[in-house]
Amino acid sequence: MLDTSVFNFQAPKTQIAHQIYDLHFFVQGICAAICAVLFAVLFYVLMRYRKRPNRAPMRFTGYKPIEITWVIVPCLILIVISVPATRAVFAMKDTSDPDITVKITGYQWQWRYDYLNEDIGFYSALSTPREQIDNREPKKENYLLEVDHPMVVPVGKKIRILVTANDVIHSWFVPQFGVKQDAIPGFIRDAWFRVDAPGVYRGQCAELCGKEHGFMPIVVNAVPEPEYVAWVADQQAAKHAALEAGTAAAAKTFTVEALKSDGAKVYTHTCIGCHQANGQGLPPTFPSLAGGKTATGAIAEAINIVVNGSTKNPAMAAWKNQLSDLELASVITYVRNSFGNAVGDSVQPKDIASARHEDK
Amino acid sequence: MNSMQVVAVSSPAKAVNERQGITRWLISTNHKEIGTLYLIFSFTMFLVGGTMALCIRAELFQPGLQLLRPELFNQLTTMHGLVMVFAAVMPAFVGFANWQLPMMIGAPDMAFPRLNNFGFWLLPPAAILLIASFFAPGGATAAGWTLYAPLSVQMGPGMDMAIFAIHLLGISSIVGAINIAATILHLRAPGMTLMKMPMFVWTWLVTAFLLVAVMPVLAAAVTMLLTDRHFGTHFFNAAGGGDPVLFQHIFWFFGHPEVYILILPAFGIISEIIPTFSRKALFGYRSMVFATCAIGILAFLVWGHHMFTVGFGVGPELFFMYATMLVAVPTGVKLFNWIGTMWGGSLTFEAPMLFAVGFILVFLVGGITGVVLAVAAVDVQLQDTYYVVAHFHYTMVAGSLFSLFGATYYWLPKWTGHMYDEALARCHFWLSIVFFNMTFFVMFFLGLAGMPRRIPDYPLQFANFNMIASIGAAGFGFSQLLFLYVVLKCIRRGKLAKGRVWEGAVGLEWTLPSPAPKHSFATPPVIE
Repeated sequence: MLDTSVFNFQAPKTQIAHQIYDLHFFVQGICAAICAVLFAVLFYVLMRYRKRPNRAPMRFTGYKPIEITWVIVPCLILIVISVPATRAVFAMKDTSDPDITVKITGYQWQWRYDYLNEDIGFYSALSTPREQIDNREPKKENYLLEVDHPMVVPVGKKIRILVTANDVIHSWFVPQFGVKQDAIPGFIRDAWFRVDAPGVYRGQCAELCGKEHGFMPIVVNAVPEPEYVAWVADQQAAKHAALEAGTAAAAKTFTVEALKSDGAKVYTHTCIGCHQANGQGLPPTFPSLAGGKTATGAIAEAINIVVNGSTKNPAMAAWKNQLSDLELASVITYVRNSFGNAVGDSVQPKDIASARHEDK
Repeated sequence: MNSMQVVAVSSPAKAVNERQGITRWLISTNHKEIGTLYLIFSFTMFLVGGTMALCIRAELFQPGLQLLRPELFNQLTTMHGLVMVFAAVMPAFVGFANWQLPMMIGAPDMAFPRLNNFGFWLLPPAAILLIASFFAPGGATAAGWTLYAPLSVQMGPGMDMAIFAIHLLGISSIVGAINIAATILHLRAPGMTLMKMPMFVWTWLVTAFLLVAVMPVLAAAVTMLLTDRHFGTHFFNAAGGGDPVLFQHIFWFFGHPEVYILILPAFGIISEIIPTFSRKALFGYRSMVFATCAIGILAFLVWGHHMFTVGFGVGPELFFMYATMLVAVPTGVKLFNWIGTMWGGSLTFEAPMLFAVGFILVFLVGGITGVVLAVAAVDVQLQDTYYVVAHFHYTMVAGSLFSLFGATYYWLPKWTGHMYDEALARCHFWLSIVFFNMTFFVMFFLGLAGMPRRIPDYPLQFANFNMIASIGAAGFGFSQLLFLYVVLKCIRRGKLAKGRVWEGAVGLEWTLPSPAPKHSFATPPVIE
């Protein structure tokens, strides 16, 4: 289970989260005390001044000293609160001198992490199976809080995050870090955190971003420094391997069947949220692929809309940066030959490569 | 020719009385009839919005997707907000203003009776547009009631229907507000100076100015959205040189005064009810007036606290934090004055008073959590979580809605000439306050633990509180049918009400017989 106390914030794991935790405790304490006093006075009044025979109501309609007091006292309390509150804002906004800078991009509906100095980057999407969401399988412990590719950071280092989005506004929120930063398309905002202890920290997108808003969690693995260094090396190696595989694939010609079976996997991972398992989509925002004009029409058009996105419908993103040539070729072939579509042709990785090339 | 003119001059009152059936309501210019229309409309929409809320809570009863697909869930949360704010609570207060303001200031009717009729009849088409948008291709707008761009740019035609509905509702609010302000400023009985006006009149005067100031701002925001969607502008598109956050600034410049529009008349209602059932004049009337005006002014300076997580620098973050904390001062003055009114009074607890006291209790929780949320760093943790959902339902449901229930029981005998069923009304209060707290108090814990709002499904650690909230919501929803029953019963029959319905009631409306005649104060009363 998460380190959760059900009546309070999750256990804070960064300096800022601690600061917020204490500040909240302080402010909430003052507010609870005010509430308690007012409730007590109110109940006293309700009991004491109940209507009774032989007692006329008093006639006063104001009393200056007390009216002035209850303007001044709240002001004083607010000043007391504002001192630590101001300090916390300054601490939160101090993103200077980071050890590591990671760019985080919100997509409908996954996150991308780019480690700017290490030259690695990857997408991170929900890994909870659909069967659990649709109640066909029992739900596991980290239901809706697990991803295929978590963000990894070293403990004790100041991580500066640059947050932006690709399509609509998202919000990167990890409760135990005390970080919530809206991801705004076209703009970059920053925030920071330094994790105290190794562990897996989980959060969710906190700004309504469309229909899968509830299904784009955030998972951060905080690990000791050496482990982080090893992880970075692994990622870099994997990146080179993928590049080489891409070059190899570009030279090869795949059969329709092979592409279709790979494409089905890509479709399930990437396309199914909008276009649905049966390819019928949810028109008009998410059009049907079954018998769709673009899906079954000229091959160049079909490639273009997947690679570059739709010029008319902002819900259809450009996938050229998120998928490899082989993945794009597979999924387009799959769509053209599934859901009752039977165009029969195949799209090869090299077609995608040339489409990318023309684009430039 | 000459004689016809004489006939025309002498007959209007008679002609008005003779109109029957649907035309009587369609072309009525009588403030009481239009007030009734507003109240019927708003209660109908309250049931519609409430049904949506119950669908939402039913889906959230357990983890997993059971009843609603995510896209429909988002449509329901969006429309629940739009319907409740624009079609239920706002028109309800206008309904009370229509019925009560002329009677409370000794005016024969509203200043612009035909405009009054027009303002109301804009509402049904707007409501039809909103509801019908569920059947548009792609369904209703699912961008949240805040309609944030660029998500709202992605929506289907349901979004355009919502935009036009908002335009209609906005025009309705503006003409209603102009009418109310003009009535209050020009039609007061001789001798009723501004500082002698009942608090409900004062709060509505300030509210009317807020409405006229901010509804055009909302109209601008949704129009810019419309042109972004269809006419190639890029107000909110960074790729075209625009800024998505601009939408939020414009929206919340409207949106924050809007929440005071929803709560100030409620303050006014409570300030009428408490003195009546305390049998004692309002404590600190002048400071109440100043507090109302102060809240009205501060309303324009705090919109940024809805945007603490968009990435402001230190400067705006601190400015909006301090300004927001300041709101607590005049709001506190109001609470203290109400308690001061009751102090030394002679209290009885009929249904209106129960709702007024209940209002103070729950509104205090809503208000004080507002102070917690004002602290920017804490807000970063709580923004867009269920804590905020709990906070604004404590102010909007327990605040605005409870005051509306209290006002209904308070003035209904004056309108119908019958007393309502006191036992059932008290029962309605107790059911409402228990189920309300059951629904929304647990949401504070959900928010603290980090559950985001507007999600159709949630991680397992949030399951228990969600189940409690859903059961509470069902109880709260069905309790409102009791309210409907009590009101209908009171309209048909009941003990006859006196002119001065309540022992402690003062004010011009209580000098009229019950039920109030259709045309009251044709000759103005004189106030010493």
